[in-house]
Amino acid sequence: MDAKFDIQDLNVYWDGNLLLKKVSLKIPFCQILGVIGPAGSGKTTFIRSLDRMNELEPGFKMEGRILLDGEDIYAPGYDAVTLRKKVGMVFALPVALPMSIYENIVYGPRLAGIRNHDQLGGLVEQSLQAAFMWDEVKDRLEMSGLRLSGGQQQRLCLARVLAMEPEVILLDEPCSGLDPISTAKIEEALTALKKKYTIILVTNNTKQAARIADQTAFFLMGELIEIGPTDRIFTAPIHKQTDDYVTGRFG
Amino acid sequence: MRIRPRYTQWLAVTILGGATILTLAVLVFIIVFVLEKGLPVVNFGFLFTNAEDMGRAGGIFTTLIGTIVLPLLAIIVAAPLGISTAVYLTEYTVETRATKIIRFGTDCLAGIPSIIFGLFGFIFFVTTLGLGWSILSGGLTLAVMILPTIIRTTEEAVKAVPKSYRQVSFSLGATRWQTVKRVILPNALPGILTGIMLGIGRSIGETAAVIFTAGSSLRMPSSVFDSTRTMAVHFYILAREGISSENAYGTAATLIIAVLAINLTAYWMMGRFIAKRS
Repeated sequence: MDAKFDIQDLNVYWDGNLLLKKVSLKIPFCQILGVIGPAGSGKTTFIRSLDRMNELEPGFKMEGRILLDGEDIYAPGYDAVTLRKKVGMVFALPVALPMSIYENIVYGPRLAGIRNHDQLGGLVEQSLQAAFMWDEVKDRLEMSGLRLSGGQQQRLCLARVLAMEPEVILLDEPCSGLDPISTAKIEEALTALKKKYTIILVTNNTKQAARIADQTAFFLMGELIEIGPTDRIFTAPIHKQTDDYVTGRFG
Repeated sequence: MRIRPRYTQWLAVTILGGATILTLAVLVFIIVFVLEKGLPVVNFGFLFTNAEDMGRAGGIFTTLIGTIVLPLLAIIVAAPLGISTAVYLTEYTVETRATKIIRFGTDCLAGIPSIIFGLFGFIFFVTTLGLGWSILSGGLTLAVMILPTIIRTTEEAVKAVPKSYRQVSFSLGATRWQTVKRVILPNALPGILTGIMLGIGRSIGETAAVIFTAGSSLRMPSSVFDSTRTMAVHFYILAREGISSENAYGTAATLIIAVLAINLTAYWMMGRFIAKRS
């Protein structure tokens, strides 16, 4: 099977510091890839390279190639805006935009040019269903998104990404600030979503990767140490550093 | 010797509170003083009849019109220019030496005495462009004068919009302009309005720059090429030439009430806007 993402010799510099060193990996279709590693290991830099969010900050430089469906997303003619419509991102901190729940979710579709009221309404229901929060908010879609709890806001962020109908979903420690019940709901949603989407989940919580990731990649100090089926990474890692990290001896 | 925290706390409250009360007292005194002397003159006839005999008799109708038209023209010109400049500087350029110099320049311009703008307006709009003493010259001069204030307040308002909103917007496939239009400007609007209010306030109260560029004609203007007189200028001339101190205070009282009404309206609009979004 061909890979959705094919990353080849990726180096990322920030203000001259090398943050990712020679990272090469393939990310398959319709699976969850868990990305684990201690703080400062380059996990966030890595997924932010996949939708070109990095380049919005001054001081970013990259080498190597990132292919999405065989196309180089950093090629001169490749439009970052088009890319971000295909590759959605959920950030570590839940950020509801200061507008209603409904407006939050139709933000992406509207940008894509969808004006039809029924179609937008359908997208709202569908994406809130998929994020397991339709029943909680269906009667108050006009309420400001800022008034939701943290866990609800994060699921709103997920629903907002789903409403764009992307192909890939990037999640950057989406549960780091959430309670266990909200976390469980997000994990449940992601497990259901992988049938349709390629999901890349950065997490500080190795148990979360063990629970829901099909494959797991371990980063350390900007290098990809090891990638493989989650079971194997957690039970029979090849590298000692991986073993130390997943068993909690450091990190 | 160390003073006990209980006493320093008491001292701090006294000094801070005292300063506040003193400030308020001065403000209230000025307003009450002017209103007390001016309000008895103000009535429907005063507001809506033209001045007679240089303002010794009659009302202030034409200066009322001048006071509305000049700041209005200034804001219509300065607001779009200033807001665009500020958005460009904050959202479209990277912070470099050049932007720092531009920012420093606008800060300096904001602090220049208005009479300098008046002189510039006189030389440039009135003589060089041949617009004469007119509403157009005056309005454009005021626009130049308030532009730095609008730019700086808009910049601050735009910068205060959380970075995370921009990130979310970009990550959902928005272009920079879509982000500006849908997320940044709506959230910066209260701050931008504050800048516009400051600009209106400054233009309404302006005399030096206006006398040099819009003149001080008491006739009703029939086009933007006619000279006009604002209430502030009218007050200045009445008081300075000793024409009529009664009418001078009447004009001043009207001016204060007008500014108050504009500010109240703006706050009310802002409050409604914010309430709708949160």
